[in-house]
This record gives sequence, C-alpha cells and structure tokens, in this order.
Amino acid sequence: MSSKPRAAGPPGEPRRVAYLYLLPAFAIYAVFLLYPIGRAVQISLYDWDGLTLGTWAGLDNYVAIVADEGLRAAFGHALVLIVFYALGPLVIGLALAAILHHAKVRGLGFFRTVVFLPQVIAMVVVAVAWRRVYAPDGSLNGLLSALGLDGLTRGWLGDYTFALPAVGVVGTWFETGLVTVLLLAGMSRIPPELYEAARLDGCGAVREFFAVTLPSVRGEMAVALTLTVIAALRTFDLVYVTTRGGPGTSTTVPSYEVYHRAFGLGQVGSAAAVGVTLTVVIFAISFGINRFADRRVS
Amino acid sequence: MISRAERAANYVILTVFAAFALYPIIVILSAALGPADAGGTAGLANFAAAWEIGRFGTYLRTSLAVSAFVVVVSVVLSIMSGYAFGTMRFRGRTALFYLFMLGIMMPSEAIAVPLYFDLRTLGLTDTFWAIALPQVALSVAFGTFWMRAYFLASNRAIVEAARIDGASSWRILWQVLLPPARPAVVTLTVLVFMWTWNEFLIPLIMVTKESLRTAPLGLAFFQGQYTSGFTLLAAGSVIVATPVVIFYLFLQRHFVRGLLQGAVRE
Repeated sequence: MSSKPRAAGPPGEPRRVAYLYLLPAFAIYAVFLLYPIGRAVQISLYDWDGLTLGTWAGLDNYVAIVADEGLRAAFGHALVLIVFYALGPLVIGLALAAILHHAKVRGLGFFRTVVFLPQVIAMVVVAVAWRRVYAPDGSLNGLLSALGLDGLTRGWLGDYTFALPAVGVVGTWFETGLVTVLLLAGMSRIPPELYEAARLDGCGAVREFFAVTLPSVRGEMAVALTLTVIAALRTFDLVYVTTRGGPGTSTTVPSYEVYHRAFGLGQVGSAAAVGVTLTVVIFAISFGINRFADRRVS
Repeated sequence: MISRAERAANYVILTVFAAFALYPIIVILSAALGPADAGGTAGLANFAAAWEIGRFGTYLRTSLAVSAFVVVVSVVLSIMSGYAFGTMRFRGRTALFYLFMLGIMMPSEAIAVPLYFDLRTLGLTDTFWAIALPQVALSVAFGTFWMRAYFLASNRAIVEAARIDGASSWRILWQVLLPPARPAVVTLTVLVFMWTWNEFLIPLIMVTKESLRTAPLGLAFFQGQYTSGFTLLAAGSVIVATPVVIFYLFLQRHFVRGLLQGAVRE
C-alpha cells in the first residue's frame, strides 16, 4: 500500500491486463464506428458521387448547409419536430406525472405499462399505423366527419401545411410515455416533508407544484429533454415510411437528407457533411442541456 | 384531501391519455384480425397469408439471426470492457472511456454512409456482417457504459478476498462478480435486443438481397409494394412488433429501468 492518498475516482489495482479485456470491444468499436466517423469528415470535404474520383471541395459542403435552401429547410423542419417531440411531451408529461403522483390513483401499474408501450414498438410499425390513421379514408377523418367537421378532413400526410405537424404528433405520441414515467420516478423521490412544509406555508396544489415538485425534478427534466431532442433530430424511419420528405420537400429532415443525398442524388460529400453537422449539433445540445441543468442545481 | 370531482377529473384525463397511447395499436390489431382485403377469410388466417405473401418468415429469420449475434457478442464484450473500466487502473483510462462515450450519442446516420462505401470496396455489402457488426459497435458503446457503472458499484471486498485467495482476474469476473450482476446483464440484453430488432437505417443501407432483409425493412418494402388493402399490412406489422412487445410485457421493469437510467450520464 502506498502512503500517498489516492485521488477519488479510479478504483482498483493498476493492471496491464485491462488492455486485454478492452481489446475486443475496442477493436470492433474502432473499425465500425470511430473509423467511419473519421471517413465521414474526410468525405465531407469532397465533391463525390460515390462512383468516380471525387474532387476537393474544402468547406463548400458545409457552407451549403447554411446557403442551400433545401438543407436549411431540413434543419428548420427538425426544429419544428423538437417542439412536438420534446416540448409537447414535457408539458403533457409534467401534468400527467403530477396527477399520478398527487392523486394516488388506482391502476397506476397498468397506466405505466400502456403509456410506455410505444417506446418498444418498431418505428416502421408505428409509421404504418399512423399512415392508416391519417389516410384520406382513415379514422382521423372519420372522427372529424362524425363530429360534423367535414370541412377539416384531408389527406393529412399529403397536405403541404399539415404533413409536418402530422409527423410531429406521432413524435408526441411516441415520447410522452417515456417522459411521464421518467418524471414520475423523479417525483417519487421527493421527500414528503417538503410537501408538508409547503402545506404549512399555505400553498395550494398549483403553488405546491411550482414551488416543490418542479424544482425537484429539474434533473429528470434535463434528461427527458436530452433524450427527446436527440430523438427529434434523428427522425428517419418515420419520415422514410410516412412521407419520404414530401409532399414536395415539406417534411425533409437532416437524417433523411443524409440518406437521400447519398443514395438518391449521388451527392455523397454533401450527405457526409450533413451527417457530421448533425452529430456535432447532437453533441452540443446534449452537452448544453446537461450543463444548464447542473448550473441550476448548484 | 382530494375532492370527488377532482378524483373523477383525474381518472378522465388518465383514461383519455391511455386511449390516445393505445389508439394506433388498436387500429393495427383490429385491422389485422378483420376481414381479408380480398374478402373471405378473417382473423388468424390473415397472419398466415401475410407470412406467405409478405414473406415475413424469411425476414423474421434474418432478424432473429442478426439480433442473436449482436446481443451475444456485444453483451459479452461489454461485460469485459466494463470490468476493465470499473475495477482496474491503467494508463489512458479516462481518455479511452470518453472515446467509448462518443458512441452513445453518435447518430448511425453519420457513420452508415461512409461505412457503406468502404464495405462496398471490400465487397462486404449485402452480407450478414454488414448489418450485424456496425450494430455491435453501436451497442458496445452503451454496454461498456452500463456495465462499468455496475462494476464501479460492486462490492470491492469480495474482489479483494478472491484475489488474496489467488483467483485470476478472469475467474473473478465470471465466477465472483457476474452471478450477482444478473439484473444488470438482463437489462442490457433486452435493450440491445430491442434496438437491434427495431433498427431500420443500417439494414436499409447495407443490403439489397431480399433474403437479408430484417423484419422492419421487409415491412417497409411490403408497404411500398402491396397496395391492395390494409389487412395484410396490419398483420405483417403485428408480426414484426410482437417479439419485442412480448419481452416488454414480461420484463417491463428492465425496459423501463434501462431506458430511464441508461440516459442518466454522469
């Protein structure tokens, strides 16, 4: 035993054998993830159609993300999806979790099973189901007709104005259960004394929510936002199956542009640049949200 | 405390939301069990028809093989790398760990495109390996993070005792540390299984051969080609979704814990 006090953190023995345990995982990780992301950066600096020899393009492919209207629109659509994937579920999830936490309702286990279910269903299946709901002869229009609102019926996914919100609502449907269960877990860890103190101070249910519940689940809110914002930015399967970016380009998103440019348009360099940018944006956002949450806590 | 009216209102809100969550699932299930597109058969016969016409039998076989391979390989490799990060000290430990963490957030979109062109040069696209190995790489990033957290919290005294008894690091891992780690390993297993089974982009890019299509990919193609009704499409959807849903109903705790805690990074 050395007399030097060991810094907090690395526990365990100094062992060279550690490298052997790491080697197999690291080898696959390096070949199939680290190397490709490096190659993506390299390819993004070229004009390349995937077949012939590429030509050096410098940062042109990155400049195009700001300058090209189609790419700018794709990132803009992703921002709209963030509202539906992240903000919507956060607001609804806070309300549902507060009710469940406060009211001690019966059937909590069943409710949790049901709202979490969308998380485990393959997105392709989700997309097939919602295509049916949104179809011109689908059940959403059926519902509107039954309510006497025939004027509102339309082919939702084929409508220039409504296709993107329609895709977004699927995201809200998909993420709300995750956010609710996450917040509920956070609320169950709030010490009851905090509520008693609030009640002694004469807080009503609403003030109690803002004074006690909301600040206590700030960490969970940050996690929920990180997960859902990343999910919104990564939307691919849903758009591929429901709209293919259409009608026109009204539902294109960055991930779809990566695929479409590489394999549809033969603009591999541009596709790689979009992919790299998307990666950087995702890292920046999750880092930013977590930093923000940390600072607020301390 | 809580008034009757408030209680009733709460139940109404929760019921409405549960109905919203279940609605698309009910649409699919009722269509799959309803009358066939061509009229005639109804109910379970639709699944047999989808199995034949939609060729879901082939797709399920591919999905099963890919999922089994990815789950077994990435869980074993993650246990080993998590063990190294969680219980040993070595040069470059922190830097290497952060390198692994990059992969947790890495969107597969960014790596799939360059990977496709490099694998094509090597003649490896349209193979089982082109679908499976990139997913192992994505899964070991999370798996390493997950198992490291477990081993960091594991009982150090037992490890020390086993070392003094002369047990090798290999024996300590598999015979001392792993048996009590079963819940953590089960959680990792179900998550990797779900992610692999539901993965769409990587198989979409890597294979064109029909025999190598995974279940979600097969469903997407079936949707594009089969336009004479919705019943078989719905039946196919149920076939694709069912394996994960069954796991979820039995191991719900693990899904919830994994998806919630997996996100809570330090």
